[in-house]
Amino acid sequence: MAGIYFWILAALTVLASLGVVLQRNPMYSVLLLIVSFGALSGLYITLNAPFVAAIQIIIYAGAIMVLFLFVVMLLNVPTEDPPHGYHARLLGGAGPRWFGAVLALVLVGELIYALSHLRATPLPGGNGNTASIYQIGLTLFREYAFAFEVTSVLILLAMVGAVILARKES
Amino acid sequence: MAINSYFIAQLALIGFTFFMLLNSAAVMVYFERKIAAWAQQRYGPHLVGPAGMLQPIADIVKLMFKEELRPKAADSFLFYLAPILCATAAFAAFSVVPFGAETTFFGLLDKPIGLEVTDVNVAVLVIFAITSMGVYGIVLAGWASNSKYSLLGGLRSSAQMISYELSYGLSLASIIMLAGTLSLRGIVDAQAGYWFGFIPKWFVFIQPLGFFIFMTAGVAETNRAPFDFPEAEQELVAGYHTEYSSMTFALFFMAEYINMVTVSAVATDLFLGGWHGPFLPAYLGWIWFLVKIAALLFFYIWMRWTLPRYRYDQLMEFGWKWLLPLAVLNLLVTAAVVLKAGW
Repeated sequence: MAGIYFWILAALTVLASLGVVLQRNPMYSVLLLIVSFGALSGLYITLNAPFVAAIQIIIYAGAIMVLFLFVVMLLNVPTEDPPHGYHARLLGGAGPRWFGAVLALVLVGELIYALSHLRATPLPGGNGNTASIYQIGLTLFREYAFAFEVTSVLILLAMVGAVILARKES
Repeated sequence: MAINSYFIAQLALIGFTFFMLLNSAAVMVYFERKIAAWAQQRYGPHLVGPAGMLQPIADIVKLMFKEELRPKAADSFLFYLAPILCATAAFAAFSVVPFGAETTFFGLLDKPIGLEVTDVNVAVLVIFAITSMGVYGIVLAGWASNSKYSLLGGLRSSAQMISYELSYGLSLASIIMLAGTLSLRGIVDAQAGYWFGFIPKWFVFIQPLGFFIFMTAGVAETNRAPFDFPEAEQELVAGYHTEYSSMTFALFFMAEYINMVTVSAVATDLFLGGWHGPFLPAYLGWIWFLVKIAALLFFYIWMRWTLPRYRYDQLMEFGWKWLLPLAVLNLLVTAAVVLKAGW
């Protein structure tokens, strides 16, 4: 039974993610990304991790995507236009497109190589009990305390960078 | 046999909750208009039925027979998806709110079941997640209508959501720390009993600041005055639902009132001890629950007809510069006390 749920949710995630990049209306891209996050959250529930599922919806689908939607609405671009002017000469010709295709093929090759040579080593620590928030808290702040703190520093750096980039020169 | 009766009881509970929520919108509209009239020294609705009590029914019938209009340039799919999203999120959020002690329905069931649609062990987060989905209905309505007033309403709604969701979540976190559980039923049960024999152990007495932050953010989340910027009629005609008519408009209207009921119900469960109260036996606890919700809803309406709307920049400043630091402070102090005193 859980297998059926997995395949439905996994297919939904992949299809929605493809939709995000394949159609040109940015509004629908944002909405499809929300659908994809929702399906991911469903996958977490099938993995018996309701806390992670709820957090996924609250943080990604709820907070971050509202921000995305806000920006898309503020700019109000109906569709993504193909490049024109200087950018068209630089990116629009046949040469750059072939170059892009070759790069994409290299990337796919690399991915296949990496995935086929994957040695499955489980992460250290963690007893796999993701249902209890108490356990998640203990694991997060004991075994993974360093990774957790480093991530927060990384986010802080991104924030400082964004502020510097957005700052007006007085 | 036992499974069957539980199944029927659960179905009855779902139907009951749905029916009550549906009607709460109509009842709320009536009381809103009556209280507004009282605040402004008017009569309010008084012609249809005794004391105008059938007015909501007349309103609904009128709305049903109105023409359904859609602007030509509107995005038809999203235009109709938006009200559905809004209403669905409003109903779904109530599904994890418990409203009474466990009961066997006067011995009809062998084992008692809780008065709620479903008990989830992360109920607080589920409510939070579903209400954060509801805002997409408003934002999409604003965008899909292809009208500048609607778009401004939708933009304001998303900005407001981002500013107030943080304080909302942080005020919840301090309650979760005190109760030590994310289940709403668990949180309510943690508030049973009395201090010194007469003060109820409600979290509002140890978390007055948290209650204030929760209610303020709740008003902002439900787009009610004095924070009703997404639909400020003096500036934006009707904001995000300007272009909607007939039943699609009614869905937005209903969703707004149901959201008010949900915020009041969650506030009752989190801060006011849910169905626990003096004088009444445990099986009549749901009366306490209704009384508390009614008091909070009256407060909501009272506030709307008493306070003028803030200016938009004041709303943003209040959210980020006052409410959020206060919520963080509240959380830190609560955490320190819980850690030291081992609550």
